[in-house]
Amino acid sequence: MSWVLILEQLLNGLQFGLMLFLLAAGLTLVFGIMDMINLAHGSLYMLGAFLAAALVQATGSFVLGVLLAVPATAVIGMLLEVSVLRTLYARDHLSQVLATFALILIFNEAVRIVWGSDLPLSMPAALSGPVELLPGMFYPAYRLLIIGVGAAVAALLYLLVARTRVGMLVRAGASNREMALAMGVDVRRLFTLLFGVGAALCAVAGALLGPLLAVQVGMGENILILAFVVIVIGGIGSIRGALVGAVLVGLVDTIGRAFLPLLFGLFFQPRVASAAGPAIASVLAYLLMVAVLYFRPRGLFPARG
Amino acid sequence: MKKLSLVSTFLFIAAAALPSHAADKVKIGFISTLSGPSAALGVDIRDAFMLAVKLNGGKLGGLPAEVLIGDDQFKPDVGRQLAEKNVKLDKVDFLTGFVFSNIMLASVPVAFENKVVYVSPNAAPSPLAGKQCNPYFFVASWPNDAYHEAAGQHATDKGYKSVYMIAPNYQAGKDSLEGFKRFYKGSVAGEVYTQLGQLDYSAELAQVRAARPEAMYIFLPGGMGINFIKQFVAAGLSRDIQLITPGFSSDQDIIRAVGDPMLGTFDAAHWALDLDNSANRKFVAAFESEYKRLPTVYASQGYDTALLIDSAVRAVKGKVEDTEAVRKALKAAKFQSVRGAFKFNRNQYPIQNYYLRVVGKDSQGRIVNKTMGTIFKDRGDAYVQDCPMR
Repeated sequence: MSWVLILEQLLNGLQFGLMLFLLAAGLTLVFGIMDMINLAHGSLYMLGAFLAAALVQATGSFVLGVLLAVPATAVIGMLLEVSVLRTLYARDHLSQVLATFALILIFNEAVRIVWGSDLPLSMPAALSGPVELLPGMFYPAYRLLIIGVGAAVAALLYLLVARTRVGMLVRAGASNREMALAMGVDVRRLFTLLFGVGAALCAVAGALLGPLLAVQVGMGENILILAFVVIVIGGIGSIRGALVGAVLVGLVDTIGRAFLPLLFGLFFQPRVASAAGPAIASVLAYLLMVAVLYFRPRGLFPARG
Repeated sequence: MKKLSLVSTFLFIAAAALPSHAADKVKIGFISTLSGPSAALGVDIRDAFMLAVKLNGGKLGGLPAEVLIGDDQFKPDVGRQLAEKNVKLDKVDFLTGFVFSNIMLASVPVAFENKVVYVSPNAAPSPLAGKQCNPYFFVASWPNDAYHEAAGQHATDKGYKSVYMIAPNYQAGKDSLEGFKRFYKGSVAGEVYTQLGQLDYSAELAQVRAARPEAMYIFLPGGMGINFIKQFVAAGLSRDIQLITPGFSSDQDIIRAVGDPMLGTFDAAHWALDLDNSANRKFVAAFESEYKRLPTVYASQGYDTALLIDSAVRAVKGKVEDTEAVRKALKAAKFQSVRGAFKFNRNQYPIQNYYLRVVGKDSQGRIVNKTMGTIFKDRGDAYVQDCPMR
């Protein structure tokens, strides 16, 4: 068990966690402020990835394709909010779940009609090799880019929420929606803007993860479940909670996938160990959620005081 | 007058509704994975199969061929539904097409129960080669273990002292590493089974780096392999570790998606673009001119499946209802395969040669697999002794 291996797995976990954060941030704000469960969040992630893949093919440049896909997805997200989701705010959670689940199915088939079941998306050639971080330790350059972008977006979100007027309104709405409304906050515009930001974050995650995971119909569903686990662990409505929760889940999932098979391998056959390892690693994230909820029923950093 | 026309209309409809008993065409149910990250495999088999039908004037064995194409979407339950429809509703004469063993194993029992022949253009798992061999199951590709056994033999021949292995956790994945170990005599640095359909291998690649093997053997078909190789090269591991794969994991579809990082990979297969026989030369040229891309091993298998069915229908002179005669004709396998000589073992799996190939550039600068030598001559499979068929 060398320190190089441990360091590499920690970086992998951090990379995965930061991407989960991008999805969880938008989700937690929508759930926290608008009190709406939006299952179609994963579909926006998928849409971002497909738009990025299509635009990269059209423009021939990875950077341009990704940069164009983000606002495009944000616009689609805002259109969705204004047309369909606005009608769901007043309704109960079950109706929201049913309606947004229907949106998942509609988005999946719509994407399949427009682009087919999958699109290729390759990482830029300049980043497709390793970087020597420390003597003897190599790490893929592209994953470092993901960590960098994820951290930068986290910092930007912090600035937005903590230091701007809009951010103050968001925090007010998260902490007590009725009071914010009573204080005259233009809630409708705020919600639309919020939704657009959430959709943009999804697009960044989708476009960046596209070259590593395949860009295919249905890619949003798996990561959506983990995003919900993250916001429950972190506390609904809290971006800080989303960041901490996401990094925790990312680390637990990666370390579990990496080291549980080794641990099992000491007691069982390789076939059993390597099948049980990934399976139990995915359950580890939920076990973590149960443990956190036992000690902190409102999550680690609940937004409502 | 009105009454007469009404009666004649009824009689006409009744006559048209009666099933015609004479075999005026041969119906083929073709179900494959045509969507998702692994769609390239099914698409290649289908394209080559339809090319063979087209080159035969839309016929197989002299009868017009009606090919019903279905997409199993990489889901066993969808494959099973389509197979049931083909066998029970459409009453096909032959079923074929599946790429993946797990989907095929879920879907073909309905064909066997209804005495419909299944000719496999790809999946050929070990249970059906041994104890569960079935008279209605014919393999036009190669036994699932074969490429892995050949790769293991190559690793032994090259003298690699340690090899790290990765495969997905399903029947063919388990068979693959068993097959490799059957002929590889060095030490195993690691044996890891990942989830079927898993696309991110960062955790596994970190383990590989820590284990420092001389070579790596992977069985990751379709999108899994593309992502793994991209991530393997991005992690810088390709510089120190020789990558060996089964033939299909370094084939044209993967080369198209990965590109230059694949150069220098060794692989084992029963067929290559540059195999020197007239059937292969005709196939490669026709495939490239029709579809504007080079064929993979999957395409060569789809083409051979069509030729095999064609030879059987021709031998029974179009009487495809006589399933026993069709089976005998299939077993005789009198056709010009693109792989050269073709004959069936008594478990209806092929006996054939396996070649060593390397990924390099051809005379036109395109990245292709070049034949380096023969690893096995006239090899069958390791399970035939358990098969009770004669």
